[in-house]
This record gives sequence, C-alpha cells and structure tokens, in this order.
Amino acid sequence: MAGPTELIRHIESYVDTSCSPSQQAASLNSIITLVKNDLLTIEVLVKEMGMYLTTTDNVIRARGILLLAEVLTGLASKPLDTATIHSLIGFFTDRLADWRALRGALVGCLALLRRKASAGMVCASDAKVVAQTYVESLQVQALGQHDRKLCFELLQCLLVCHPNEVASLGETFFYGICQAMDGEKDPHCLMLTFPIVEALVQIYPDPSGSLESFCEDLFTLLGCYFPIHFTHLKDEDSDVKRDDLSKALMSALSSTPLFEPFVIPLLLEKLSSSLPLAKVDSLKYLNHCTAKYGADRMAKHAETIWISVKHAISNSLEKPAISFTEEPLYGLGFQENEVATEALMLLEKVTMQNEALFVNLIVRDEDINTVFNSIARYENYNIPLQGKQRLHAVGRILYKITKTSAASCKSVFESFFPCLMNTLEISVRNSSGDCSLNENSCSSKRFNFGALYLSVELIEACRDLIMRFKDLAPKSDTTHATCCYMLQSFVDSLIIAFCSSLATHLNEVHGAEIYFTVKGLQMLATFPGDILPISKIIFENILTELMSIILVDFNKTLLWKLALKALVHIGSFVDAYHESEKALSYIDLVVEKTLSLVSHDDFNVPFPLKLETVSEIGASGLNHMLKIVQGLEEAIVGKLSDYVHGKLNLAERTIQLLECYCNKILPWIKETGGLEEVLLRFVINIWNATESCKDFSIQVQEEELLDAAMMAMKLAVGSCSDESQKIMVDKAYSVLSSNISIPFKESMDAISSIQLQELHVSEERDRFSHRDEWIVSLFASIIIAVHPKTQIANLKGLLHLFMTTLLKGCVPAAQALGSVINKLGTKSKDTENSKDCTLEEAIDMIFGTNIWSFNENGVLKTSGTSNGIKVSLTDLCLGFSSNKQLQVRALVGLAWIGKGLLLLGHEKVKDVTKIFLECLLSEGRKRAMELQQGLENSYEQHSVMRTAADAFHILMSDSEVCLNRKFHAITRPLYKQRFFSSVMPILQSMIINSDSSLSRSMLVRASAHLISNAPLIAILSEAEKIMPIMLDGLSVLSEDILDKDKLYSLLLVLSGILTDKNGKVAVVENAHILINCLTRLIGFPHMMLVRETAIQCLVATSELPYARIFPMRTQVLQAISKALNDPKRAVRQEAVRCRRAW
Amino acid sequence: MVSELINANPVIYEKKERRVRSVPSAAADEYAVEPIDQQEIFDILSDPEHPYSLEELKVITEDAIEVDDGRGYVRVTFTPTVEHCSMATVIGLCLRVKLLRSLPSRYKVDIRVAPGSHATEAAVNKQLNDKERVAAALENPGLVDMVDECLSPSYE
Repeated sequence: MAGPTELIRHIESYVDTSCSPSQQAASLNSIITLVKNDLLTIEVLVKEMGMYLTTTDNVIRARGILLLAEVLTGLASKPLDTATIHSLIGFFTDRLADWRALRGALVGCLALLRRKASAGMVCASDAKVVAQTYVESLQVQALGQHDRKLCFELLQCLLVCHPNEVASLGETFFYGICQAMDGEKDPHCLMLTFPIVEALVQIYPDPSGSLESFCEDLFTLLGCYFPIHFTHLKDEDSDVKRDDLSKALMSALSSTPLFEPFVIPLLLEKLSSSLPLAKVDSLKYLNHCTAKYGADRMAKHAETIWISVKHAISNSLEKPAISFTEEPLYGLGFQENEVATEALMLLEKVTMQNEALFVNLIVRDEDINTVFNSIARYENYNIPLQGKQRLHAVGRILYKITKTSAASCKSVFESFFPCLMNTLEISVRNSSGDCSLNENSCSSKRFNFGALYLSVELIEACRDLIMRFKDLAPKSDTTHATCCYMLQSFVDSLIIAFCSSLATHLNEVHGAEIYFTVKGLQMLATFPGDILPISKIIFENILTELMSIILVDFNKTLLWKLALKALVHIGSFVDAYHESEKALSYIDLVVEKTLSLVSHDDFNVPFPLKLETVSEIGASGLNHMLKIVQGLEEAIVGKLSDYVHGKLNLAERTIQLLECYCNKILPWIKETGGLEEVLLRFVINIWNATESCKDFSIQVQEEELLDAAMMAMKLAVGSCSDESQKIMVDKAYSVLSSNISIPFKESMDAISSIQLQELHVSEERDRFSHRDEWIVSLFASIIIAVHPKTQIANLKGLLHLFMTTLLKGCVPAAQALGSVINKLGTKSKDTENSKDCTLEEAIDMIFGTNIWSFNENGVLKTSGTSNGIKVSLTDLCLGFSSNKQLQVRALVGLAWIGKGLLLLGHEKVKDVTKIFLECLLSEGRKRAMELQQGLENSYEQHSVMRTAADAFHILMSDSEVCLNRKFHAITRPLYKQRFFSSVMPILQSMIINSDSSLSRSMLVRASAHLISNAPLIAILSEAEKIMPIMLDGLSVLSEDILDKDKLYSLLLVLSGILTDKNGKVAVVENAHILINCLTRLIGFPHMMLVRETAIQCLVATSELPYARIFPMRTQVLQAISKALNDPKRAVRQEAVRCRRAW
Repeated sequence: MVSELINANPVIYEKKERRVRSVPSAAADEYAVEPIDQQEIFDILSDPEHPYSLEELKVITEDAIEVDDGRGYVRVTFTPTVEHCSMATVIGLCLRVKLLRSLPSRYKVDIRVAPGSHATEAAVNKQLNDKERVAAALENPGLVDMVDECLSPSYE
C-alpha cells in the first residue's frame, strides 16, 4: 500500500509548474499505476486532491483538474461504477464554465465520454447536460488552437456516441455548433470540423424538417473553404495534407442532397476560375456530388455542366505530341492535363446517370455540329493548331459519351456516323456483297483527316463498349448488337478503303494519318464476330495487307511498328475470344508467314526486325507461340547443322536466333507455364543435331556460338521440372557416351577393365577435339541447370570425365563440377539410396583420389597403371607438375568447385581456401628465389599466382552463367559475410608477414576481390582495419587495363564507406594515403566512371575534419585542375563541384 | 556594400527550357572526347540551385556565350538589369572568378557588358578585362569575401 505521503508527493510534483515535463509525466504514470493495481481508489484520490481541485489559485486549480483528467484518460479500460462516473462527469461539466481551467475539464469530459460500454459509460442524461453546457458556456473561437481542437473532438464524440440526446436539444445546439466552427482556419481543427458537419446532417433524419432551414447556414459556413488552398506551405502543417482536407470537405459537402441548390452553383462558378487548382477541385467535387445528390436533382444543372465541361476540355489542351509512335495515345495526342482528365471523367459520370438528357445535349450542341459541318476543312494533318485542338476535344468527348452505354452509342452513331462516311466517300455495302468492285472506286482518293480521326474514335468507343459488356456478361451480348447496326452496313467498305489507302498513299501522308488508318483496321478486325460479322475474305484482306507491310515496308519504321502492333493485338484478340474461323486465317496468313521469315533467307527484311516480328507475334497467344517456337527451333537446329557443314556466315545469325530464344521466348514460356514439352523438345532436338554432326571444323566464332547455345540450353533446362530434366539428362548422356572420343569410366566397377589411354594434357588444347568440346560443354550446361532432385546416371563416371576435361581447359566442366557438388548437398534420406554417389564420396573423389599419375617424361595419365607418381587435383594446384598451364587450369577448376561448396556452406571450403593461399605464398617464395638467382621468368609463373588471387573473385561474385538461383543452386544465407569475415583476418596477417613484393601484391589483389564483393554492412564494421589493404588494392588494380571493372567495383565500396557516418570515422586515420590514392585515380585513363567516382570520393573526403585534410589541400586542387580539362563532360562537372567543396 | 537596393524589384523572366543533352549511348567510345561547349559554360555560370539566378534576370543567356574549345577561348557578354547598375563590375568579377575556377587553365576568359546596356560601358569593360586590376581586386580581402559569398551555393 502506497503511503498517502507518496501520493501527495506525486500530486505536488505534477501540479508544480516548475518541475520538468518528464518529472510530471513520471508522477502521472505512477498515480495511474497505483489506481490500476487497486492500491488507490478514485474516491481516495479525489479526496486527497480536494484542495487542488477547488483552490482559488487559477494555475494550481488548472493543473489539478488536468491531473485528474489525465488519470482518467489513462484508466480508459478500467471498469468504474456508475456512481463514480456520474459524479465525475458532473464535476467536469461544471468546470466547463471555468475558462481559466478549461483544458482539464475538456480532457476529462473526453476521457469519460470515450469510455467503452464494458468499462462503464456516461449515461444519456449526463451526456445531454454536457452538450447543453458546451453550447451555453464555451466560446470556442476565443480559445487557443489546442483547446479548440479538444473542443471539436468533444463535439465529435458527443455526435457519434449520443446522437439522439444531441438531436433533442434542437436549434440552440445547432447554432451553437455553427458558432463554434465559424471562422476556423487551423487545418488540424478543420480536419475535425468537416466530419462534424457530416455527422450533424445525419442526426436530423427528417429531410423536410428543420434540416432544410439549417442547410443554408451550414453551407455559408463550409462554402468559404472551397477550394482548399494553403497560403503558407510550412513544414508544421505537413501532417495535414491538402488532399486529405479537400477530401474531408468534399464528403461534408456531399453529405446530404439538401446542399444541392447551394453547392452546385458554387462549383460551377469556381470552374471558370483562373486557378487550375480550383478547376480540378470543382470537377472532382462535381463528380462526387453527382453520385450523392442523384439524377433528379442534377438534371436541372445538366446544361450548365455540359457547357462548363466542354470549355474545360477545350481550354486545357496543351501542346500536341511531337511525333506519332507506336505507343497508344489519347485522341490526337494532345497532352491532357488534370483538368481535362477530370472533366472527361465527370462527363462520363453524368452521362451514365442521365443518359438521354446529356446525349441529347451533346448531339445538338452547336460547337460540335460546327466541327462536323466544316469537316471538309480538316483535309490533312497539317491544319492549324486551333483546329487540331477542336478536333481533339470533339473526338475525346464523343469517345467518352459513346462508351458509356448502348443507347448513347446508338444515338451518337445515328447522328454523326453517316456524315463522316459521307466525307470519307464510303458507300453502304451493296447488296451483291461483291467487294472487289468497290476497291477501285475508293483507292483513288486520300481520306479527309478529320473524318478519319473521328470515325476511328467512334469505332474504338463502340468496340470498347461491346468488349466491356462481353466481359461482364459473356452470354447475353446479342442485346447490344443494336448499337452497331449502323457500323455493320459500312464495315466492309471501310476496311477495303483503309487497306487500299495504306497500300497506295504511303509516301505522301503524315504519320498521324497512317496511325489512324492502322488503328481503324485493328479496331474493325477485333470486333467480336457475333456482333459485327466480318466475312472471311475481308478479315484475310486485313491480315494480308498488314503482313505485306511487315514484309515489304520495313524501312518505314513507324508504319512497320504500327502494323506489327496491330497484328499482335488482332492475334491476342483472336486467341482470347475463341474466334475459330478467324484464328485459322490468322495462323495461315500471319503465323506461317512469320515463320517463313526466319527459316528462309529470301526476304529482304533485316534480321533483327525478323526476330522482333517472330517474338511479338508469338507472344500474342498460346497457339501462335507453339507454332512459332517449333519454327524457331527448326531454324536454330537447321542453322546449326548448316554452320557445322561449313557455312561460316551463318554463325552470327544463329547466335541472334539463340539469343532471341533466350531473351524473348523463354521468359514468355516460363510466365505462361505448362509448356514444358516444348522446352524438352528443343533440348532433345539440339542433342539430335549434335549427334548427327560428325565433323566439326574449327571456326572463328565458335566460342560465341557455343556460349549462346549453352545459355539457351541452361535456361531451357532450368525452367523445366525434374521429370523432364531427367529425360534430357538421359538423352544427353546417351549422346555423350556414344560420341565422345575421350574414354570415361562407364561405372565404378569397370575401372579396371577400361583401357587406359594416355592423356597428353601437357600438349595444347587441339588434342581435345572441337566436337568433344561441344558435347562436353553442352552436357555440362545441362548439369549446371538441373534441379537438385533430378537423378543423374553414372555420376561418378561423369565426375571423372569433368575432372579430366577440366584439365584441358574446359571451364564449363569445372562449373558443372561445382554445381554437382552444390546440389548433392541437400540429399535427404529417401533419395540417398537411389543415388549412386553421395556428397562425401564426390568430394572425396575430387580431392582425395589420385586420379592421375605422372610417368617419367612428364605426361599425365589416368591412374590405374602403377608406374609413375600418383597425383590428385590438390597436388596439381600446388604446382606438382612443372607445367604452369596445367596448374592454372587446375586452379580455375578448383575455384568453381570451391564456389559450389561455399554456397552450400560446407566445411571443405576451408581446405580449398588454404590451397589458394598456399599457392600464393609458395609461388611468391619460389619466384623471389628465382629472381635472386637471376633467372629469367616466364609470364606463366606470374599467371599462376594471378589465377589463385582471382579465384577469390570467382568464389565471391555472383555468377551469371552458373550456380545461381535461376539454375537451382542451393544458397546458404549470408555466405558472403561468413566467408569474408573468416578469410579476411588470415589475409591481413599474411599481408603483414609477406616478404616479397610480388606475393604481397597478389595477396592484396585477393583481398580486393573479397572486399569488392562482400556486402557493405560487413565491410563498414571493419572499415578501419581494411582501409590500408583496400587502398593498396586500388593501386594494384589500377595497373592493368583489364581490371578496370574490378577497380570500379572496389572504388564503389570505398565511396560507400565514405558516405557512411561510421565509415568516415574509420577513414580519418588514413586520410593522407586515401587522398594520395584518389588523386592518382583521377588520372586513370581507361574508364570514365572510375575518374568520376574518384572525384566524388574526394568531395566526400572534404567533409573530414579540417585539420586532417588541410595539408593535402594544394595537392587535391592541383589534381582537380587537371580534371577540369578532362575529355568527358561528366568528369568536368564533378571536378567543378569538387573544387568548390575544397 | 550598398545600403539600399538599386533595382529592388527587378523583372523576373521565365527560365528557358533546358536543352536536353543527348545522352551518349553506353557503348560510346570510352576514349571519345566531349569538347567544352556553350551549354556547359552556361551551366557553370547559372548554377541551377540559385533561386533567382542570373538566368532568370536575363543577365546572362546561353546565346551570349562564345566558346572555342580548340583555341581555348571564352567570351561572356552579360546584361545588367538597369543601366546604372553599380553591381555590374561585381557581377562581372564573379563571373570571371567562377570561370577561372571551373575551366582548365588553358582558357582565356573575356567578360563584357552587352553594348548599350550600361551607362559606363567602356569603363566597366576595361576594368573587367584588365589583368592587373582583376588581380588587385582579388587581393582585396573585402572583395574576395563578397565574391565568395556570391558564388557559394545559396541553398546550404
């Protein structure tokens, strides 16, 4: 039990104004806790506080009442009995009249009124008394901002919790509220007052009663806030956004239809204001109010609204689009600002609400009819800007109106379409239906541009309307067929006219005319067949016309692109709406033609355009894609075999085809799903082709071609399920085993019986035939991409094969080894038995077994014969053989295997790292010795160390070609961090202890790779230690032009450190060397980005402590003045900034 | 410094829309040279961060800058807002210092008042292009402080 003295101490510290706010909050909290834990009752508290609550000292009384109120706020969920609540609310209500101690009373009332029913609520009669006192004794507008806000909160609370009691107070209460809100300007308070009005309107349910008379007063109160506009854009108001406030006002104004006589005239008046904000707001409000007020009330404003909207649209058009591209536009490509957009939305809304009235207004509208009457003036696109604007406005209005409903569509078509057709000189379909006759008559003349544009807009709107209905109710669409009966009679002749116009007038017309003609064709072709039947001949006519553009007019970029786009649209329409007859024609005319583009070389279309056509058309529908994929496949396989038979010039084409397959087709297939058999077929076909080509000759572009083929193979395999992967692996395996000239162990049992063949690995690569390289690489790419679950037959034999080929310099084999190791890692118990090889066995095989042996003349053999010394991969890496090239290859292979292990988080990776480090050290020592002896060294020696150092790059970096998520590698989270933090200290100590400059520089190189690929967070924590190594790394990497990308990534890490606050502290110590290093890099001639980043780093260093950097100032300024003369502009700009910073 | 502004309420002109420089494609030659041109000098002079920059007052325009990158020569012609503007020399000095600090040293900078735009045109021109007098001005601590103040970015 807390003693009464303690309680008094708390009370006093709260009431005492000299105490700090934190002390006051603390004592408040302890009182609340006391009451909550039943150590103190409210009665006792009130009795103890009696003196503070009633004293004549204003300040103390105010604090005392506030304390009680705050305690009650803190006890919102503690149940209190009715009597206590009654007496408390009585007290606070009484205090509302005491303006000197008002805040406490307000907070107290609020706290009590907000209580939940479960904890005991204020009863209705008490609430009524509160409301009455509120109206009688509070002068809200005379109070400060915070008190006003509390007042409004209290009011809102009353209206929400006790609407009936408040309503019974009648007129006095209403006017009291009005008075309280009148002239409020603070956004925070306004956010409360607008909902109060909304709630106020709700509590007077009877529309004919008193509310009607109140409405005018309420409107005068609210109307003056429109449009919401902040004069002072200060940060203090940033928590109340203009938009929020505007929305609150909007819902207040639209809260009852009774506001209509006042609000709508105001909004229409503001629409003619010059302030764009006011226009946008009034359009938004009109839109909102229309929905709330209902059609009857809005009807009398219809005409005014229409006129205002018309003006808003036509006056708010900005500059027209500069050129027509294949991108879809609105109307004539004028940029529509917010006003126009809102106006069009409003138009749509009101038309939907009161169709007949608005359509009537628009059809009879003078301006629109003037445009139609004078349409002959808009002969071509080169009309004055004003004319274009008018045309655009009319087009957009008609589009929106036509789109709203079937009836409006019908009447718009009736009133305008014949006139347009007349201008276009298109006749009604003649009864015989003989289309060929019309063709001649139409083709002689160019279209009137205005009529063309407007008719295309109308057709598009009609189509959109129908498609919308179709999507909503797919069955009952016949009822809507009425709206386009007019179109039906013109459709054939229109299509013919469009087609012939495209064919004949191409050279003389503007892009806009082409754009609309093609668009018109596209629209007409994509009308659902049951509503607007188009005969097969006509439809095919469209397709042929568009296709001929694709085949012939490829140098007219705009037309070509538009035609392709139209074809794609038609294709996806045909595919989605199951128009079987049209689909047949489409496949015949478009898809087949497209395929012939790729497979034959007789068209003049440039090859990249061909590929674009193929992939776009394919993406338009599943059936099309299936055809296209098949064709593409045949083309690829055909090209490959042609290439192999000596047609060298095909290499580039084939690469492009493969890239197209990878980049466009495969992602689509993957997204669509369920097309695995396609991928499977592709892979099998490639293998068949590989099998059937017996002689590979050496080609120039072979490398690239092989890379492209491998990539396609990997992606195709990677996106399949494990069942199909199994089939692929089996197929590949059979090809591999029967065709490759290198022997590999069929199974482990057969080791002894296999005939041993000498591998002259020490000789150059040509021993390894090109055909073998192809097969092994392709096979490796399958292995790289498979799921971990997929079973691979004779894994041990394969591992052996890869090990052998790896030494011949086949990197994919190494990558495949890495992948195999990585994926063996997840084997759970159930799969264990089915595998013929476990992870441990595989690792053991790679690292432990001595699979090779040397004979006396230094030729490497597979083991088995016992003469010579047995060696393993590890030995080779450590330089067992004197052949350096062999060692380099072994190291590269080990690096990939190590990466597989690293991703897995396997222990063995430590051993791998040790090998690399050992290699770096021992080679350095050897070399130092040789230097002492004055031996001339070959470059090869150097390259071994370099490879060992670069192995760290392979280990750490994300690879595009293998061991990534796409190819189902198992990745342990944070593996980079882990590796970084375990290896970095070792490297650091080795650098410190290193004796020769060469091994030191190589060690630095290795650490640079580590640093540049590790996550920044890991680096920042050790920035201080790493910094010297990093700077050394920068200078090491800047020596060789080939390393520029690595240099750049390291530099980016540095700039990351420099921009971090903690990083800067770490840098201070090394500021001197850092600046030296950066000023050197400013002159790096090979990469602009390096120079630019170096200067940016210098800018960042200028924020280091002044005393530290001042000695370097002259040096930096000198370096920068050189950079001012840099050939690249970006560097010069950075240099100017940097100079100013220093 | 002048206690009262000579032209307290100048006409503010709208900024001309900046020409968008065609971004060189990524494959562009790493060693290609991008010569210093009119626009670059203009960007140096009219710092985009300044609220009412010299550009908006039409003191300098892009067309009033002549550059010859090969010969290393720049001529800037500026127009003071009023004819008797006493700040003309200071503006000129600021322009000169700014260019001096932002261009490679091989450049010769020539700053002139537009013909007919200033009451004592000849005198100002002479003062601005006299090497000795510029050097002397830059040794005057008061003047250097003022120039630095003019050139320091105003948003900080």
